[in-house]
Amino acid sequence: MQLILDEDQTMLAQTAGAFFNEHSPISRFRALRDGDDSRRYSLELYRQMAELGWTAIPFSEADGGLGLGLASMIVVTEAAGRTLAPEPLLESVMMAGQALSLAGNAAQKERWLTPLIAGESVLALAHSEPASRYDLSRIELQASADGDGYRLQGRKLHVLGGAQADAFVVAARSAGQAGEREGISLFIVPADAAGVKVQAQGRVDSRNAAILELESVRVDGDALLGELGAGHGVLETAIDRATVALCGEMLGGMNAAFEMTLDYLKERKQFDTVIGTFQALKHRAARMFIELELARSVAMAAARALDAENGHADPQARSLVSLAKAKLSEAYCLIANEAVQMHGGIGMTDEHDIGFYMKRARASEMTFGDAAFHRDRFASLGGY
Amino acid sequence: MSDLESFRTELRTFLENETPKEIRGQLGPDAAYWGGRNPELHHPEAKRYCEIMASRGLTAPTWPKEYGGGGLSREEAKVLDQELGRLRLPPPLTGFGLQMIGPTLLQFGTEEQKQEHIPPIVRGEIRWCQGYSEPNAGSDLASVQAGAVIDGDEITLNGQKIWTSYGDKSDWMFALTRTDSQVKKQMGITFLLLDMDQPGVEARPIKLISGASPFCETFFENAKAHTRNIINGLGGGWTVAKALLGHERNMIGNVFGGGAPRGDKGGPPKNPLAELARQYLGEADGRLSDPSIRDRVTAVSMDHRAFLLTMQRNADNLKAGHRPGPESSIFKIYGTELNQRREELMLSIRGPQAVGWETPGFSQEELDQTRAWLRSRGNTIEGGTSEIQLNIIAKRVLELPD
Repeated sequence: MQLILDEDQTMLAQTAGAFFNEHSPISRFRALRDGDDSRRYSLELYRQMAELGWTAIPFSEADGGLGLGLASMIVVTEAAGRTLAPEPLLESVMMAGQALSLAGNAAQKERWLTPLIAGESVLALAHSEPASRYDLSRIELQASADGDGYRLQGRKLHVLGGAQADAFVVAARSAGQAGEREGISLFIVPADAAGVKVQAQGRVDSRNAAILELESVRVDGDALLGELGAGHGVLETAIDRATVALCGEMLGGMNAAFEMTLDYLKERKQFDTVIGTFQALKHRAARMFIELELARSVAMAAARALDAENGHADPQARSLVSLAKAKLSEAYCLIANEAVQMHGGIGMTDEHDIGFYMKRARASEMTFGDAAFHRDRFASLGGY
Repeated sequence: MSDLESFRTELRTFLENETPKEIRGQLGPDAAYWGGRNPELHHPEAKRYCEIMASRGLTAPTWPKEYGGGGLSREEAKVLDQELGRLRLPPPLTGFGLQMIGPTLLQFGTEEQKQEHIPPIVRGEIRWCQGYSEPNAGSDLASVQAGAVIDGDEITLNGQKIWTSYGDKSDWMFALTRTDSQVKKQMGITFLLLDMDQPGVEARPIKLISGASPFCETFFENAKAHTRNIINGLGGGWTVAKALLGHERNMIGNVFGGGAPRGDKGGPPKNPLAELARQYLGEADGRLSDPSIRDRVTAVSMDHRAFLLTMQRNADNLKAGHRPGPESSIFKIYGTELNQRREELMLSIRGPQAVGWETPGFSQEELDQTRAWLRSRGNTIEGGTSEIQLNIIAKRVLELPD
C-alpha cells in the first residue's frame, strides 16, 4: 500500500479541482439551498461529470466502469467536498450503485447500473429507519412474498439523494426481526411504482435527502437484489465503500474551512495587528493542521485497503474504514467549530460561507456512524 | 542472482559466522550499546560485536565508506535491517554520535573535521553529548551565554550547560557557545566540539522526578578547545544548531512511531494496551469489561495507527523523490503527546498498582511503568517543547505572521 497519489491521480485531482472551482463554487451551493427545487443539484452538471468518467471510477470494467477504485474516487469526492458540490456522487454512485454492483445479476445491472454509471439515472439507497441509528441490522420495513413477487410495507428516513431519484435500493426484512443480520433483503423499487411516496427532508446541511414511504408496494421477483435474506453483507460493504467516499468529501470540506480560516487570520485586524500574530490562535491553527494531516493519511489508507479486498470482507480493511470515519468526524467538527470561532461574529451570520462547513461537518459525522460508533466497531474488529 | 540478493547472501554468511551468538536476542532499549572510552557493557560481548560490525561500516550503514561508513544504498540498508531481524541481532551501536553530530558533520564539516571525528563515531570509540540548553536558554535557545574567547588557535570556554543527556558518561561534547554578544543573538553563536576529559569541564547528574539521572549540569571553567573544531565558521553556529535539531526531532518522533502490532496467522493484531486491560480488568461478553477504559484504549490505538500511517505517507513521499511534505513537522509533537496519553492510560488500567515506587507489593513491570510515565512527561519538553513545535508549524507551514 502506497500512501501517495500516482501520476493519474495527481492529474485527476487537478482536473477535478479546476472543474468544481469553475462550475460549482460555494456560491452555487448557496443558490441551490435558497432555490425551491428539492433536487438541490443539477442533472446537467452531473452528466458532465459522468462524461469525464467520474461516475464510472469505482466500478469494475466488467460492470462498464473504469476499475480505478476508491483511491481515485476519493480524489474526486475531496474536490467536490471543498466547494460542497451537491451532485450525487456519494448517493447514487457510492451507495445505490455499489449495492447494485455487489449483488445485481446481469439483467439488473443492464437495466439499472448501466444508466446509473452513464449519469442518465440517479438511484438512492434506502436503509435508515427511525429506530436504526447506525446499525445496519435494525431493519423493520417488511417484505412479504406475494405470488412470484413481493409486497413492501414501511418507512425509510435519511434516504440520501432520495428527492427526485429515479429508483431506490430498499433494505427490507424478509425474515427474522430487527437486529438480526439474517433475513435482510434488498429490492429495487422504481420511484413511480404504485404506493411509493417520496417526501424531501430538510436537513441542516441542505443535502438532498428524503423520507420514503412504501404503502403495500408490489414488486416483481426480478426486483430482488442478490439472495433472499442475505442482504446484510451487501449493505455493509456498500456502506463501508460509501463511508470512505464520504471521508474524501469531509477531507475536502475541512481543508477548505481551514484555508478560509487561515486567510482570515492573515487579514483580520484587531489591536492594530492581524489576529494571526496572536499565539493563542496560532497554536490552535497548528493543532488543526496536525489533525488534517492525520485525517489525510487514514482516508488514503482506508481507500487503498478496501481496493485491495478480494471479494470478501477483510476485518483489517474494515477497521481502517472505522479508523478513517472516526478520525475524520472528529477532525472536521473540530476544524469547523474553530473556524467559526476564529471568524468571530461574522462567522455566525448566514451571509458568510464558513457556517456551511460547520453544518456539513456535523451532518457528515452523523452519516454512516459517528466517532463513538466507529471506535466501538474498531475495538470489536480488533477482538477487544 | 540480482546484486541485492548476492549482497544479502554474503551479508547473511558474515552475520551468521562472524558475530557473537550470545548477543542475539539482546534487543531492548536497556541493552543498547553506546560505546565510548569507558563503555557500559550491558552484555559482555557488546563491545566486540560493535567492533566486528564497525569493521565493515555496518554501525553506520549508509554513511560514506571514506569515513568508515558502510556506503550502503537505501535498499541495501533495508536488507541489513531484515537480516539483523532474522538473527534477532540488536543494532550494534547507538548514541548521539550516530544520530545527531555525525549526520550534522557530514552536512557541515570540512574534510579535515570529517576525517578526524566520523571514523571514531562509526567505531563506537567516542561517546558524544549535546551542549545546547542553559539555565536561561531553554525554549529560547538562541540566548545561550556560555562564552568562548579565542586566542590564536586556542579557545577558552566559561559558563554552564544544562540537560546534557549522559554528560557524565560522554567523551566529547558538541556545544553552542557565545562568541559575539554585540550582534543579533542568532548571529553570535559558534558551534564547537570539545573534549570532556579535561580539568575545566565538570558534569553533575541531575536527579529527575522518575528517580533516574539521565541528564547533567555541565560547568566550564576555563575549559579548552581548538579552533579547528569550530563547525561552519565563527558565528555560523545557529544554522548548524537548527539542522541538528531537525535530526533530533526525527529521532524522537521515530522512537514513538514503533512498529504496529501484527496478528498471528491472520487473526486480529494483538493490541498490547487491550491485552494489559484484559489482564487487569477482565472481560465481559468478549469485550473489555470497563467501557470507559475500552473507549480510551481504542482512541489511543486509533491515534497510534493514524500516526504510523502518516509516517508511512511521509516515507512513501520521500521514496517517490518528493521533498519532505508539511506532514513531517507534526511527528515530534504528536508522537510525544501520544506517548504521554498511552502512559497515562496504562496507569489508569493498572489502578492502585500504578502508584508503586519500590518493592514489595508491586511487580517490577509495574514499577518500571510508573517511572516510564514520569519520564514521558519530559518528552514534550526536551528537543523543543510542544509549544515551540506549534510555533514552528504556525510560522513555517501555515505562514502566520510574527
